[in-house]
Amino acid sequence: MATTQPPAHPGGMRRRKLINNILLLALLTFIGLLVLVPLLWMLSTSFKPKSQWFLPEVHWIPKTFTWENYLSILNNDTLPIVRWFVNSLLLSGTITLLVLAVDSLAAYAYARLEFRGRSALFALLLATLFLPGVMFLVPNFLTIARFGWLNNYLGVITPALAGVFGVFFMRQFFESLPRELEEAAQIDGATQFQTFTQIALPLAKPALATLGIITFLGAWNDFLWPLLILKDRQLLTLPPGLRTLQGAYTSEYGQMMAGAAITAIPILLLYILLQRSSSRASRRRA
Amino acid sequence: MAVATGTAEQVKQRRYQKRTGNQLVPYLFIAPHLIFFLIFVAYPFFYGLYISFFRFDFLRPEAQQFVLLDNYAKLFSPDSIQFPVFWNALGNTVKFVLYSVPPLIIIPLLLAVLLNTRVPGRNFFRGLYFSPWVLSAAVVGLLGFWIFQSQGGLVNFYLVRLGITPPRWLSTLPWAWVAIVAMTLWWTVGFNMIILLAALQDIPRQLYESASLDGATNWQQFVSITLPILRPVLVFVIIITIIASFNLFAQPFFMTNGGPAQATGGGSTEPVMLRIYREGFERNQLGMAAAMSFIVATIMIIFSYTNFRLFRTRE
Repeated sequence: MATTQPPAHPGGMRRRKLINNILLLALLTFIGLLVLVPLLWMLSTSFKPKSQWFLPEVHWIPKTFTWENYLSILNNDTLPIVRWFVNSLLLSGTITLLVLAVDSLAAYAYARLEFRGRSALFALLLATLFLPGVMFLVPNFLTIARFGWLNNYLGVITPALAGVFGVFFMRQFFESLPRELEEAAQIDGATQFQTFTQIALPLAKPALATLGIITFLGAWNDFLWPLLILKDRQLLTLPPGLRTLQGAYTSEYGQMMAGAAITAIPILLLYILLQRSSSRASRRRA
Repeated sequence: MAVATGTAEQVKQRRYQKRTGNQLVPYLFIAPHLIFFLIFVAYPFFYGLYISFFRFDFLRPEAQQFVLLDNYAKLFSPDSIQFPVFWNALGNTVKFVLYSVPPLIIIPLLLAVLLNTRVPGRNFFRGLYFSPWVLSAAVVGLLGFWIFQSQGGLVNFYLVRLGITPPRWLSTLPWAWVAIVAMTLWWTVGFNMIILLAALQDIPRQLYESASLDGATNWQQFVSITLPILRPVLVFVIIITIIASFNLFAQPFFMTNGGPAQATGGGSTEPVMLRIYREGFERNQLGMAAAMSFIVATIMIIFSYTNFRLFRTRE
């Protein structure tokens, strides 16, 4: 509507714009609160003693504040959530480093080196990019079982290294680099591997960081595959651990929410840090 | 032009290939990835189909028996035990796609339009709305399990306060679906919003300026400028959202456990992924689970391929 009327006088137009902005801001804030509600409720419940979980009125701030939910799951030897946390961290870290190494090596070859069958192989990789994950569950589970890797981190790590997305992503990046630096290195007598590690990889840092974050996030959050492979409670990662927690603490919502918070908060903190550094970077660019 | 530079590039590359020459080296570069790829992507593509021709109990592998199409025959014959539960679960997944995809397109589009203004703090809101997406499906499911509880659940607190008799969200229909869709929206709305917002920001502002000089209302501008330009991105978002919704698993697994239960042994919110999980990894019938997976995968591949073709020819 505002746009159809020619401005009668600029002051009215500015005031209308201001009112529009305030209304919009109010709406955005309301939606923002809706987004925060589940997370705030998770935190609120996790700090409440059991007597306050089922009160007939909402208390966002616990009437009495307690660590007992956290302590009870931290001290429960049958649900070793600290171990799950460490397991998640180590497993996601290992997967991320290996994916970066394996995928950037392969991607560099597909982007820059010439070899027989290169385009056919890469086409084969691409063709599998859109295959639905469901078709791999049973056969890969059996492969892992045959290797004797059930209840073993190799059973979680190795299938993660077969992914095609990282190779595709890194190849796009390597192809966008100017060739001149690599050619100069080769003229100076560098081998292909030296050219890769000393010229191409340092230039690829931003792309490696992006792929690293995506891979870490996926590995940290992965639920179904570790649920299938890891049966020993000492070996679980956090997401399948939450399922065990839900089964063990029937209607102990304080403990469940403490577990959810322990899983969610590190990744949310990581997200906030990345948001801030990327917005600072974009401001610097501007 | 393009051809000329292409060949010049190739000549140049060949020249320095010759200098460094070792033909084995490129294969060493791709080998680590290719080995894992062959074992866990290429091989299971065929091995999965092969397994589906067996009656295969994981706990009694010695008793495995080649049955050719018997698993498929069971899945397609109405009087088998598997028939009602499998098709019920596949139907549930399709229902979820139908319930979840429209709001997963419309809400992100609205949010993207709201944020594609010069409102202060828009980057903050964009980051906030996206944030649930970084959580594990397990966290989302567990939060939904608590928020929609009849006893102590947050949603019912507020409904009672508004004077509404609250339903038992997680154990009655259609409310279980409403709860599952709501948690899914909370989780993934921000992802679609980011893609659509990026596309909106690429539309040149001059188009709107000249349209408003011509007297077009905001709504007319949205319909005749924004939507047509956004169309390819919208189609892309719709396709990836349908595929993502088709993979529904953790939300009902945590929130309803697939229930409310049905007389056939199936569940009213049990998605097909959960049925495959139960058949293969709780009942240990991996041959049958492989056959189910193969049917589901075929449907998804046909869907993706048709969309890809449709999308491509219209472009």
